[in-house]
Amino acid sequence: MTPAEIQQAVQQILSDIAPDEDMTTLDPAVAFREQIELDSMDFLDIVMELRKRYRVQVPETDYPKLISMNSTVEYLTPLMKDL
Amino acid sequence: MINRSDSQRVVITGIGLTAPNGNSLSDFRTALLAGKSGITDYEIRYFGKTVAGLCDFDEFRYQKRKERRRGTRAGSISIWCAHEALADAGFFWNAGDEDTETAWQTGMPDRSRVGVYIGVTEHGNVETENEVYNIKQYDYDCQYWTHHHNPRTVANNPAGEVTINMGITGAHYTIGAACAGGNAGIIQGVQQLLLGECDLAFAGGISESPGTFGIFAAFASQNALAHHEDPTKASRPFDLDRNGIVISEGGCLYTLERLSDAKARGAKIYGEIIGYAINSDARDPVLPYAPRQAECIRMAIERAGLRPEEIDLVSTHATATPSGDIQEAVAIRSVFGDNPKVYVNNTKSFIGHAMGASGALELAGNLPSFQDRVVHPTINLDHLDPKCELAGLVANTPRQTDGIRNILNMSFGMLGINSVVIVKRV
Repeated sequence: MTPAEIQQAVQQILSDIAPDEDMTTLDPAVAFREQIELDSMDFLDIVMELRKRYRVQVPETDYPKLISMNSTVEYLTPLMKDL
Repeated sequence: MINRSDSQRVVITGIGLTAPNGNSLSDFRTALLAGKSGITDYEIRYFGKTVAGLCDFDEFRYQKRKERRRGTRAGSISIWCAHEALADAGFFWNAGDEDTETAWQTGMPDRSRVGVYIGVTEHGNVETENEVYNIKQYDYDCQYWTHHHNPRTVANNPAGEVTINMGITGAHYTIGAACAGGNAGIIQGVQQLLLGECDLAFAGGISESPGTFGIFAAFASQNALAHHEDPTKASRPFDLDRNGIVISEGGCLYTLERLSDAKARGAKIYGEIIGYAINSDARDPVLPYAPRQAECIRMAIERAGLRPEEIDLVSTHATATPSGDIQEAVAIRSVFGDNPKVYVNNTKSFIGHAMGASGALELAGNLPSFQDRVVHPTINLDHLDPKCELAGLVANTPRQTDGIRNILNMSFGMLGINSVVIVKRV
């Protein structure tokens, strides 16, 4: 998957997890939590959906890398490039 | 009659419900008087085709999509019923207010003095089955088991979801009482009000049972699951051709208040809960037992300060199992004799067995008879089982009466739990 495709995949996961939020105005450089309502259970949903949909394992020590769209895509690119 | 002060009397001031044939008391009552069943064809994984009673209330009227996604059907039913009951009770909930704290307006009870007491038959089976099914897709790898499992399946979930949704900070819990859950929830609400533990109680019962294949499979294995080519005729209590239970979902929560509080705010009053009782057969996990049911009925009547002939309407539990209906008829005859003025009806014939919701829903369906003096019938009674003969049984068409003063509502459940609630016209 290309970084653009990964970004689209993450956006889809976020839309499913926070269906009441408007994702079209999301600033990729700013932390998710500053823009949409996401608590720790939602965050675990992101990790679970990456596992379910793409078999990507995100260890707990790497959770801080999923802070914004840009950092998430950067982190996932090497893990998902062969998908 | 027993004389009690108004602060020691508990009344019903609001009703919120969803049933397979109506999402409000007026729609539900209209369906019951029109003989309209809510049972449809249904299919569920593993078990296959069957019949069931499903509700079609709008889950998103009172919940955001995210809240619904994280929660349970049981929670969603409870939230619907609680909001509907609150509005029916005449309290103004500011639905546009994002902050649940300020949504409690002036004139509302202190939200820390509100209790939520919800009767359930079971909880968590739906979510557990869903997760086992989910991890099957991943070769049973538990890494794919959802972190939402625990908050969804803790036994207090349905009541807890109500408190989170509405910002209620008083007590909340469910009352596990098998199919007596609805009555048990009402009784719990009454007791907490009389103890001064709350000033407003949301009390009743709910069920999301059609979401679990296990309940269908288990009743089928027990030879107690109804089947009929016409789903609307599948639930037929007291009929010779009855062949078991129709499983349904539903919910009914009442707002209960002390009479003194209800009078002070000029509330509409549906009726007063003047007597109740719960006892146990102490015999068999599944088979009902008429003598103990009769004891329970007598205990509730005595506590209400009434005589059996002062009960005008008996709302039966009968689920249309071959043996259960007979036991119940024996119990009713032993208390009320052959008195044709004690009208007897059954609401499961319309909506199936809504499990934890059944007692609360069945009572609600009958409460309008205080005003309209009509007793809705038990439908699908084509050939009365002689062993279920009851002098006052209202069959197939509604009965106009001279007036209903006291309604006795019965609900019995597995492990031998019997419950009775008596409501008096005010």
